[in-house]
Amino acid sequence: MKILVCISKTPDTTAKIAFKNGNTQFEENGVQWIINPYDEWYALIRAIELKEKDASTVLHLINVGGAESDPIIRKALALGGDEAIRVNTTNLSDSFYVASQIAEAAKSGAYDLIFTGKETIDYNGSSIGGMVAELLDLPYVSLATKFELNGTTATITREIEGGEEVNEVPLPVVVSCQKGVAEARIPNMRGIMSARTKPLKVVEPVAADTLTSIKSFELPPPKAGVKIISTDNMAELVRLLHEEAKVI
Amino acid sequence: MSVLILADQTEGHFKKTALEALSYGAKLAEQLNTTAEALVLGTVNEDLASLGKYGVKKVHHAANEALNIVDAQVYTKVIAEAVNATGANVVVLSHNNTGRAIAARLSVRLKAALAPAAVSLPDTSDGFVVKKVVFSGKASANVSLNTDIKIISLNQNAFKIAAGEGTAEVVSLNISVEPGKIKVTATDKVTGEIPLTEATRVVSGGRGLKGPENWGILEDLAKALDAATACSRPVADSNWRPHHEHVGQTGIAIAPNLYVAVGISGAIQHLAGVNRSKVIVVINKDAEAPFFKAADYGVVGDIFEVLPKLTEEVKKLKGIV
Ligand SMILES: Cc1cc2nc3c(=O)[nH]c(=O)nc-3n(C[C@H](O)[C@H](O)[C@H](O)COP(=O)(O)OP(=O)(O)OC[C@H]3O[C@@H](n4cnc5c(N)ncnc54)[C@H](O)[C@@H]3O)c2cc1C
Repeated sequence: MKILVCISKTPDTTAKIAFKNGNTQFEENGVQWIINPYDEWYALIRAIELKEKDASTVLHLINVGGAESDPIIRKALALGGDEAIRVNTTNLSDSFYVASQIAEAAKSGAYDLIFTGKETIDYNGSSIGGMVAELLDLPYVSLATKFELNGTTATITREIEGGEEVNEVPLPVVVSCQKGVAEARIPNMRGIMSARTKPLKVVEPVAADTLTSIKSFELPPPKAGVKIISTDNMAELVRLLHEEAKVI
Repeated sequence: MSVLILADQTEGHFKKTALEALSYGAKLAEQLNTTAEALVLGTVNEDLASLGKYGVKKVHHAANEALNIVDAQVYTKVIAEAVNATGANVVVLSHNNTGRAIAARLSVRLKAALAPAAVSLPDTSDGFVVKKVVFSGKASANVSLNTDIKIISLNQNAFKIAAGEGTAEVVSLNISVEPGKIKVTATDKVTGEIPLTEATRVVSGGRGLKGPENWGILEDLAKALDAATACSRPVADSNWRPHHEHVGQTGIAIAPNLYVAVGISGAIQHLAGVNRSKVIVVINKDAEAPFFKAADYGVVGDIFEVLPKLTEEVKKLKGIV
């Protein structure tokens, strides 16, 4: 069994979101970087659990990014995994370009399972898993909340419109993971020590098209300020919601 | 040239997301001086011609039963064929659970630029630029789609359904459907409840409610408001409420017209998932709770005192006794 987990680097959830150069670039100054929570808590941990069950499993991590990704890759390796691949590029704004890099690495690795998080918490594209699957012509099960393996068949519960569905799919398959698939963990001392010596291969990107470009960013307009209504005047709150806000 | 809209169906019926996508696509076609056409896949129990009232001129229907299961791989092949057959240059679909998976695959298959989680009609004054949510709702990005064919996957609750008059011509689409590799062995639909992502009103509870046994007063308010229920992350983590109610940066992101936050402090990760709500009401006993800064209306008080009174007044307004 060979598993590839896609790991993205995102700003910490409490990071101040601001832009520079005429709102064309994210202000990275002072930002702490983390592994995208969906990638870490669900995709990576589930893959580690599968390796714990079957020690012959080979677990690789992949990140598309510059050298500034190395600390989060080491942190991921401290949680588990045998080795990591970093595709060395800072051209990260187009999902098709990024997915093309992952698909290229995945082809040569002949993986049975490719895991991604549900989406990144910065671009919120929810696209990489589906794109990689299409590039490799593999089935794709998105928004998994449970993942079980029986030999060469995966049984996956996924979120659909208004509920859930259980899918049975032969490997290889691409799966995007969310809450339910696994429980978050913290790395232990042994993991942190061993992560330092695990291989982190840096490969150069392949030529691929970019289909989109980001023109500018915007912050939402500030709220006008809160209207406080006294606890003994709920009739007034209801009136305001009905007549002023027109939402009830 | 045309705009092709995937009108997604669940068990033969069109949900709100489909009607939003149709309304958006029709408006977009008007803007681009072209026609809007719908694509319907699988067995449906609704009158397809009546989709004309959302502004589409034609409805292409591939009634193949294999399409009742939404396997993104299978769907993508069929939609790509429909795009080729109709000559569409913009594809619109909903950024819902299944739509987002299809959109990503289709982008590769058609080599077409994709705007996922889109929240606006494009600005075509200089290229084709669509606004999308980024940083989990804390900001938006204007994304330029730089290919001939473009795909827009529209965020839920981001575009108002516009129904008028009109009937559409229904054409059946003969496409051979290769069976997919995914087998569906069970389905569990949440019945009776309003799906959170589709709800126009949401009442959400935090740790301030103290325990699952106290959710009755929150559900009463939700029922009176015809609202869905949601919760903060620690509430779901403690199993007070089901996981699918968890909203925020690491749960689901919602944008209802009304979000009532009950006993939720308003941590930045929580706000990320709800700050695109049109109107926010915060009920919290701590006047310093950060949520008040993101609120439109606030009540500083005890939940157990305030909520029943609020529910009473809502019932009065609605004439419920
Ligand atoms: C990486 C990361 C991701 C996260 N993702 C999410 C996420 O997606 N969603 C999310 O919600 N959180 C998320 N969190 C957690 C978040 O930081 C907060 O801890 C959480 O939102 C707090 O939940 P709460 O408001 O219910 O509880 P608390 O912060 O404990 O707030 C309870 C509130 O209830 C009020 N209260 C108590 N009793 C009463 C009463 N009787 N009457 C009125 N008010 C009362 C209190 O004044 C307080 O403001 C995340 C955290 C991290 C680190």
